[in-house]
Amino acid sequence: MKFAIALFSAAHAPSSRRALAFAQAALAGGHEIVRLFFYQDGVHSASDNIVTPQDELDLPAQWRSFVSEHQLDGVVCIAAALRRGVLNQEEATRYQRPAVNLSAPWELSGLGQLHDAVQAADRLICFGGP
Amino acid sequence: MAQSLLIISRQAPWSGPGAREALDIVLAGGAFDLPIGLLFLDDGVFQLAPGQQAAAVQQKDLSANLQALSLFGVEQLFACGASVAERGLDPAALNLDEVQVLAPAELGALIDRFDQVITL
Repeated sequence: MKFAIALFSAAHAPSSRRALAFAQAALAGGHEIVRLFFYQDGVHSASDNIVTPQDELDLPAQWRSFVSEHQLDGVVCIAAALRRGVLNQEEATRYQRPAVNLSAPWELSGLGQLHDAVQAADRLICFGGP
Repeated sequence: MAQSLLIISRQAPWSGPGAREALDIVLAGGAFDLPIGLLFLDDGVFQLAPGQQAAAVQQKDLSANLQALSLFGVEQLFACGASVAERGLDPAALNLDEVQVLAPAELGALIDRFDQVITL
């Protein structure tokens, strides 16, 4: 089955852990992930600047290695990311900000990527939200 | 055939960017001509309250964006009647003419009609 996975909650939220566990289980079960789409507070999980205490699960690092290892399409909503201070080099330059905290394998793009993923997938699975 | 998508919007317009971000998904879907619906549920119905003065809480008014829904071809607009009543709103005076007010018992069938659902 083809899954699109959307994440809406912050990196420290339990639903963010469940999203990664689901994504890992989906691939382990022989399914395909057409795209990960991080929206709302979910954009924080793509930040390079989250520092997790040593004895806790470093979720942003786990996402990064998971997406890299499986060469997944990891898209972070650009409008949601800018609002929350998650910027790649291009956006930091554009808005003259001193810090860059988003890099490969993550890509900033628009909501069209969410709709495109919904159309390409058999199922959209969402994590987080109210 | 394109997959249909229902957005369930549950956040009040002044509670943070949630309401606006839910609406942005709907408008983007409309711009791509996709079959898309929007259901206002729980505090989300406050987005439909008439006479909002967003500037008083240093917010931008979301009402104008709601009026854009028809321009983007989004015509499947629903509100939960129980949520509306619980919050003391008049279902006949909501800020969006095209919205259909549904009884809670009708919501299951509505959600069932759509291929995919996002709740924000």
